[in-house]
Amino acid sequence: MLSTPALVLAMMLFSLGLVGLLSRRNILYMLLSLEIMLNAASLAFIAGGARWGQVDGEIMFLFILTLAAAEVSVALGIVLQLSYRFHTLDVDAFSEMRG
Amino acid sequence: MEILFYIAAAVTVLATLRVITHVHAVHALLYLVVALIALALIFYLLGAQFAAALEIIIYGGAIMVLFIFVVMLLGPLAVEQERTWLTPGTWVGPGILALVLLGEVGYLIAVGDHLPITVSEARQKGVSIALYGPYIIGVELASMLLLPGLIGAYHLGRRVSKESR
Repeated sequence: MLSTPALVLAMMLFSLGLVGLLSRRNILYMLLSLEIMLNAASLAFIAGGARWGQVDGEIMFLFILTLAAAEVSVALGIVLQLSYRFHTLDVDAFSEMRG
Repeated sequence: MEILFYIAAAVTVLATLRVITHVHAVHALLYLVVALIALALIFYLLGAQFAAALEIIIYGGAIMVLFIFVVMLLGPLAVEQERTWLTPGTWVGPGILALVLLGEVGYLIAVGDHLPITVSEARQKGVSIALYGPYIIGVELASMLLLPGLIGAYHLGRRVSKESR
């Protein structure tokens, strides 16, 4: 069965996405890392569905796909606005709220 | 079949590593497209053919095109920058990884009937029945998510003029 190596691969991809999200300061790369992490989650769902022979994994993949499409469209709009207003993509420059 | 999985997994991990370590956005996007296609091959090997097709069409097609549009909108697309993008160093890495995937797909097509991975109609039918049966509330919620996404993207995507601020 390929489910166990697929789960290991999903774990590796998620870790890579998390490392990218934490280490990069360019907001575009942070979005790409989010996409990688979402992909790792869907891979884990598909592997689970393949392991148990159920269709629920693929259905969860469809929902993750919908979520990713909505998230990317809104987030890229935010990226465009930030680049218009601040003329940079560095997230450390967007700390106006001093949070 | 196992070795195909491991080669595709290696391609995925390598391409993802290049995505998070690259400096140029367009190069990173090329590598991410390769990683998504390799992931689609893994989905296929796991028996989820419909998910593999959707991964290529929606992730590799639509979402990556959105990213590339935004990168093009952000950067001043000067001629010399395009010239540096079109040098062989840009696409030779993703090209090699994609060639590995092409070899795998060619192998799958060549030996197709001897492998236990055929499109199972019962499984696809089960996905559809479950999606519009027990999971119908999820479909409704997805539509309720997509409409605010559309409106939000339209609202955020406008260019704010200087005087209206």
